[in-house]
Amino acid sequence: MKRSNKIILSVLFNALLASTTLADGHIPAGVTLADDQTFTYRVLDEHSSVDPQVVEDVTGAEVVRDLFEGLMNQDADGNLVPGVATGYEVNENNTVYTFTLRDNAKWSNGDQVTANDFVFGWQRAADPELASPYQWFVELMSIENAGAVIKGEKPTDALGVRAVDDLTFEVTLSAPLPYFPQMTTHSTTFPAPGSIIEKYGNEWTKPENIVSNGAYILTEHLPDERSVRERNPMYWDNKNTTIDKVIALVINDENVALTRFLAGELDRTEVPAGQFPRLKKEHPDTAISFPRLCNYYYTFNLSDSGPEAFKDVRVRKALALAVDRKIITENVMAGGQPEAYTFTPAAVAGFTPPDTDMAKMSQADRDAMARELLAEAGYGADKPLSFDMMYNTSEAHKKVAVALSQMWKQKLGVKVNLANMEWKVFLETRGNQDFQLARGAWCGDYNEASTFLDLLDSESGYNDGKFNSPELDGLLEKAKASANASELYTQVEEIIAAEMPVIPVYHYAGVYMMDSDVGNWPVNNVEQNWYSKNLYKVAQ
Amino acid sequence: MLSYTIRRLLIAIPTILILVVACFFLMHAAPGGPFTSERPLPPEVLANIEARYGLDQPLWKQLWDYLSNIVLHFDFGPSFVFKDRDVNDIISQGFPISLTYGFLSFLVATIVGVTLGVVAAIRHNTWIDYIAVSLGIAAQALPNFIMGPILILTFTLWLGWLPGGGWNGGQWQYLVMPVIALSTSYMGSISRITRSSMLEVLNSNFIRTARAKGLPERKIIWRHAMKPTLLPVISYLGPVFVYVLTGSVFVDIYFSTGGLGKSYVNSALTRDYAVLLGVTILYGTLTVVVNLITDLAYAWFDPKIRY
Repeated sequence: MKRSNKIILSVLFNALLASTTLADGHIPAGVTLADDQTFTYRVLDEHSSVDPQVVEDVTGAEVVRDLFEGLMNQDADGNLVPGVATGYEVNENNTVYTFTLRDNAKWSNGDQVTANDFVFGWQRAADPELASPYQWFVELMSIENAGAVIKGEKPTDALGVRAVDDLTFEVTLSAPLPYFPQMTTHSTTFPAPGSIIEKYGNEWTKPENIVSNGAYILTEHLPDERSVRERNPMYWDNKNTTIDKVIALVINDENVALTRFLAGELDRTEVPAGQFPRLKKEHPDTAISFPRLCNYYYTFNLSDSGPEAFKDVRVRKALALAVDRKIITENVMAGGQPEAYTFTPAAVAGFTPPDTDMAKMSQADRDAMARELLAEAGYGADKPLSFDMMYNTSEAHKKVAVALSQMWKQKLGVKVNLANMEWKVFLETRGNQDFQLARGAWCGDYNEASTFLDLLDSESGYNDGKFNSPELDGLLEKAKASANASELYTQVEEIIAAEMPVIPVYHYAGVYMMDSDVGNWPVNNVEQNWYSKNLYKVAQ
Repeated sequence: MLSYTIRRLLIAIPTILILVVACFFLMHAAPGGPFTSERPLPPEVLANIEARYGLDQPLWKQLWDYLSNIVLHFDFGPSFVFKDRDVNDIISQGFPISLTYGFLSFLVATIVGVTLGVVAAIRHNTWIDYIAVSLGIAAQALPNFIMGPILILTFTLWLGWLPGGGWNGGQWQYLVMPVIALSTSYMGSISRITRSSMLEVLNSNFIRTARAKGLPERKIIWRHAMKPTLLPVISYLGPVFVYVLTGSVFVDIYFSTGGLGKSYVNSALTRDYAVLLGVTILYGTLTVVVNLITDLAYAWFDPKIRY
């Protein structure tokens, strides 16, 4: 009797132990969870949409990643992990991907998630009638016939996607694409509930109508104030989800958001530029900073409408050398941003940007070399260099622009006229090459160096400086099909360092106030693709 | 008076039409469009989007379609930015919020402002007057974009009495700070206008006559001086009424109320044409109606005015 009791007890104890350490795979042993598992965070602005195929802003994509689940997800480090698909196979040419879907994935109304829901979602993303701004993403994925479908030359069912059976989804690409699987974590590729969309039309994303297949369902949406998502009991991995409720509060002003964070209303908010050192000192556990997959640069206008001076590589190099990036990152931004000497951020996966010559020099040497180069190019006290520099209206951009122009003035005697413009006017002016030197910034669409380097391809629509290097174009073209693209990217960065079509200034950092009771925030996910289902709150 | 009212309402129609047309062309003249973005869209994608929203049509056709949709279906069109909502949704969600805190701010500003002004005038050149005047000037000098952060710091962070923002269906805790922030500077102006107007009235002949008749001071103020005092205040209150009712971009930004003021400013920045036009029509109509009410109110306050 005694013995058997002991056994039962030890079995029970083991089961208990297992349930605290293993059942919730993302919760470390010894952590006591808080009773209230509500995560409240600040968003800068109202989201554009929660329709996976339509959403185009980061805020909306964060909501959509909780409400819907695609083929693959990202883990805390940004690596691919199974989502609705348990895995995939690819043919020899790397052009046909076959995804196997799990049989227990369900929509929030209890229906099974099938390959047809993915076919519908992907066709919908390309459908000219829906006119999603993210049709470009379908083109970028190189899906067979994507271009023709988007142009309306072929029907949507000509798109290279098909449901082999309920649990097998097949994608045919027009050309191999090494980072294709990475792209299936993007909201554009999520499944869509056909019958619901047909029934409610444009109204289907309203909380009372929406049906979704992710870990959460949308329960409340008060535009410009808040949106609330709560646990989806139908989600296949619901038992391993910890956070019960996620509230996104729209707070436009970052200082007000900070005040409300300090008053305990929020679990997460952004730190306004320049305030990180003070907050880190006062709240060492909550002020955090980590690298992000974004760059910040100034681009020279190298087109015919650009100034003659910038056509001389010595001038471009001199200006890039004279930028003291340490002052920008430590005194102006002061949020732990890395200094930038390459176009691609070091945080990118699968590629280590090279140490350029400029990065290895001391600032004094850089300044001396800058003066030399500028004198060689024929500019000096008797013929000072002068140009216009433009940025879009924002306090932080203004601070950086003023600092840069002062560095050039003091070190090189260059006269810079600053001009700020409202965002849309800025984009139009830069896009029409109606500028001399303009601010630029880019956040990676996917975690691979080409998302940045493609910007300098002469054919790229984003190449506002109109840098044209056939050699660089050729390398990028080759990299698309290469198994070892890293080496080619290094060569591309070397061309950029030699030709200096842009001045890299710094790479972004995520600078947050994050309540210390929030567990598992993926600071190592440089794209900041976070999933509420992986977070938890610790009892305090 | 009835025919005057009808005439004024009829004039309002072409007035608003001119406003819409002017706004429409100015909007299209501004550089950039709703779909200008950091990532220039491929031409085929842009063509699809423009076709969907009718932006590929000539401007006059777009304007015509827009106006006829309003007249025939009361449909103000889709938002180009917020794809899950149309303009009717945005206005019907945001306007009641702006209306609530705006109307309350108007009441607070008027009641407190007029009281301060009257008291100051009656107790002219006493310490009460000086305090009232100083309060008025201080309030006027505090714009709501300064008041907002100060209030949140005080009541949310230091005292912990009030939530730092949100709306929550208009519960009183969420209303206090927006109303204080929005009403303060108007209250200052109203008290100053009331004070100087009251002082002028109190020095006029008919008040001297009333005093000579031996009427009690209370009766003189309420029965005789109040109405003419309020005339200049009313001409100031008309535009203020429209202004606060249509919400305030600062209140919406600082207190996340979800009101219409922010949508209006944002729609201009993001070139969300339909939202911008829709809200302009709403504000225009309100202005016309409130101006009419103000003019009619004059007749009640001043027997010399007749329509």
